[in-house]
Amino acid sequence: MIANLVQLAAEHGEEQNPLIPPGPELLVGAIAFAIVFFFFWKKLLPNINKVLEERREAIEGGIEKAEAAQTEAQSVLEQYKAQLAEARHEAARLRQEAQEQGAQLIAEMRAEGQRQREEIVAAGHSQIEADRKAAAQSLRQDVGQLATELAGKLVGESLEEHARQSRTIDRFLDELDAKAEATR
Amino acid sequence: MSDNGCGFPAPGLHSFLFKPMFEVGGFEFNKVMLLALISTALVVTFFYAAFGRAKLVPGKLQLIGEAGYDFVRRGIVYETMGKKDGEKYVPLMVSLFFFIWIMNIWSVIPLAQFPVSSVIAYPFVLAGIVYFVWVPLTFKRHGFVGGWKNITGYDNSLGPIKWLVAFIEFFSNLLVRPFTHAVRLFANMFAGHLMLVMFTVASWYLLNSWLIPAAGVSFVMTIAMIGFELFVQAVQAYVFVLLACSYIQGALAEHH
Repeated sequence: MIANLVQLAAEHGEEQNPLIPPGPELLVGAIAFAIVFFFFWKKLLPNINKVLEERREAIEGGIEKAEAAQTEAQSVLEQYKAQLAEARHEAARLRQEAQEQGAQLIAEMRAEGQRQREEIVAAGHSQIEADRKAAAQSLRQDVGQLATELAGKLVGESLEEHARQSRTIDRFLDELDAKAEATR
Repeated sequence: MSDNGCGFPAPGLHSFLFKPMFEVGGFEFNKVMLLALISTALVVTFFYAAFGRAKLVPGKLQLIGEAGYDFVRRGIVYETMGKKDGEKYVPLMVSLFFFIWIMNIWSVIPLAQFPVSSVIAYPFVLAGIVYFVWVPLTFKRHGFVGGWKNITGYDNSLGPIKWLVAFIEFFSNLLVRPFTHAVRLFANMFAGHLMLVMFTVASWYLLNSWLIPAAGVSFVMTIAMIGFELFVQAVQAYVFVLLACSYIQGALAEHH
């Protein structure tokens, strides 16, 4: 094969200058490139550019969607925070109200207790007074009787029949009472 | 070539000449042309499979295609021209990059083993296309006088040397630029192919001589060179497109 080529070169006489382009090859080169260029220019690159653009839009759409979701989440979070703060505030308010109500209730109950105590004490006092009066009454009768009996014994005659005289004794004792009251 | 006495078939310019495979009315169709057309078919087929029915959620093929597309669009075009000016030139740059890359890769593909871009015609066509994009664009953007000022870098503040600067800039931008643009790619691929052929042929040749260990060295070099070439192929495609972008960007820019 190499011998063939040497012969071929020899046939061309002097060896061709490699920098001088042969005409037919120029033509073939031009055609070959023109076909490549035509396909890229008219069909393939517009095709892929369209798809790349679509993909870019799809990606941007995805990003936008994500951004929207994030914004929404943010607003919901803020809403929740606001609600939480409000709830805390409400709870604090209720607690204070309850405290106030409790204090008022205690004060009321204390006043009521005081009042009941006073009532009981007053009732006790009047009871004691009544008992004292009853005791004084019965004592007065007993003392009268005893005095009468004693006087009867001393005088030697029964004055029991002279019960009517007891009114005299009562009057006497009343006078004594009155005197005692007056001096007290 | 075999007159150096030892019979070593050293690679040379003849390595870049091919017998026509067939002939149609005086038009000689050869292996390089076939590879160029297969490059076209490969690029179009791959990207048709990747982008033909592009989906929102990409499959594996679409993902690879998108990575490549994004590399050229964002990594080269937007970087040099900005998104606003560059958008219009994305199809051209994407086509250039992948077409050149595949043409370069043939260098290491078994059976093909020849970089299409090491034949000057192919880089020349592509550099010519870029040239005929940016030159009219300069005049369209800046008008006739402004266009010349943009190309020659004419600037009153430079004083008397402005004419010298204008001459050099004119020469370097308008005349030399398309040539260097094409030759940079061509020469890299040309040299790479020579190296690969050189080591491959040497491995085989030395194996049949008493220097068998040297054949091993040569073989290792072949493998290393293939790795290096894979790198250079991608870099050269990148550089070609980067320069194309920078030329167009220069045409659009206010004159500096």
